[in-house]
Amino acid sequence: MTQDPAEPRRTLIGWLLGSGFVISLGSFIYPVIRFLNPPPVSEAAVNEVVAGKVEDLSPNSGKIVRFGDNPVLLIRVSQTEWRALSAVCTHLSCIVQYQPEQTRIWCACHNGVYNLQGQVVAGPPPRPLKLYAVHIRENEVVITQT
Amino acid sequence: MQAGTGHDRWKTLTAWLDERLALDSIREYVTHKKVPVHSGTIWYTFGGITLFLFGIQVITGILLLVYYRPTPQDAFESVQFIMTRVSFGWLIRSIHSWSANLMILSAFIHMFSVVFLHAYRRPREFVWFSGIALLGISLAFGFSGYLLPWNTISFFATKVGTEIPATIPWLGPVLTRYLRGGSSVGGATLTRFFGFHVALLPGLMTLFLLLHLALIQKFAISTPPWVEEQSRLRNTKAPEIPFFPDFLLRELMAWYGVLAVLGVLAALFPWALGVKANAFAPAPAGIRPEWYFLAPFYTLKLIPGHVLHLEGEFVGLVGFGVLALAWIFLPLWAVNRSGSLRKKLVVGAGVTLLAYLSTFSLLGYWR
Repeated sequence: MTQDPAEPRRTLIGWLLGSGFVISLGSFIYPVIRFLNPPPVSEAAVNEVVAGKVEDLSPNSGKIVRFGDNPVLLIRVSQTEWRALSAVCTHLSCIVQYQPEQTRIWCACHNGVYNLQGQVVAGPPPRPLKLYAVHIRENEVVITQT
Repeated sequence: MQAGTGHDRWKTLTAWLDERLALDSIREYVTHKKVPVHSGTIWYTFGGITLFLFGIQVITGILLLVYYRPTPQDAFESVQFIMTRVSFGWLIRSIHSWSANLMILSAFIHMFSVVFLHAYRRPREFVWFSGIALLGISLAFGFSGYLLPWNTISFFATKVGTEIPATIPWLGPVLTRYLRGGSSVGGATLTRFFGFHVALLPGLMTLFLLLHLALIQKFAISTPPWVEEQSRLRNTKAPEIPFFPDFLLRELMAWYGVLAVLGVLAALFPWALGVKANAFAPAPAGIRPEWYFLAPFYTLKLIPGHVLHLEGEFVGLVGFGVLALAWIFLPLWAVNRSGSLRKKLVVGAGVTLLAYLSTFSLLGYWR
């Protein structure tokens, strides 16, 4: 049986068309994957934040303050003692809260407990909370990066 | 031996799929579908091209949705973000805009080819009606999408466009208020148009597209009357080719050609964003709608303020309404009482409409 002389040419054209189709498909998919990848958004570099007047927060109470894009928990421990810690739980990133009755920091999501130094006391958090420095400047509470 | 095993496995797999997905009946159906071959066969590709461009609109539209924010505060900035910060964002947005315009152009070519090939004839009247509905939905897509970047041109074009129905007595002001979501074009209009553009219109489009395609499957692609006549005289069957793979491969080549044109247009002439809309700034010179609304836009410009004690715009709207209704019901008046086709009348109407649309669009663009 003799081979059709057009057969190898047909096979070659088939391969060229097929691979051209696959390559062009790749050229459509690549930009789509790149498009879906979110571009980095530059965060405004924040080094200090004014959290309000001294008298805004009574002793043994706390509030969440915006520090750039991050929430910070500011606690007025006593008349003169202040504490600022990252309000993002190190377990699964819930926002923690200050519990004045137990003088502790508590995460409601998975019952994580930290002391006022940010150390883990109980529950699943793997790391302590990051500490910020607090200064009083002309009756204003100023939080800065440590 | 090895090749034989592979071949056997492939056969087993296809048999397994055949049994569960009824592929046999689909294969049977596809191989029996035929497309008429004659000097005008090329015009049949435009329906498929319109569908292909709609597919591109769906894909690029979904991609743009990932970053777009439909509020007057964020809309312009989010499109700017897509175009300047997101990888290939400028290209995706440019393809979406160019493809929208090419899709409407292709839909118009498809419609006129149906008219001149007399493909609207019995029993395909509802193929025509559903096609006209699809064209209307496409125009609504264009009108609602035009506002979404929230730039000056689109803002004022929407202001003018939504003001036009207000001249209709009784119903007009209600319709304008309904379209705008309030008394003026603002944030409510943007969210409304966004809703129309990404939810309501795609739903309607899918519905009418399925109807249109199902009817085409049912009644097959029409053969022009003169080809039917020739084959009747020769006592032969009108020449045709199989849909699969012959016509489908031709269609695919056409799609690749369109894709190349689209790629060149989108890359070399990226769609500009313009200046952010300001509701309290005066309208800049050169405000005009998209090209497919230019003919009625220019006509309304020519009509005097009052015609026979009636408002000029109202007279224009009534005129357009009558014209649109006559065009929609073309398959009904294209045939006389004895059932024969009024070919000359239909071709005359088609040529007149084509001449009006192209001349007035060009005049609207240049004047």
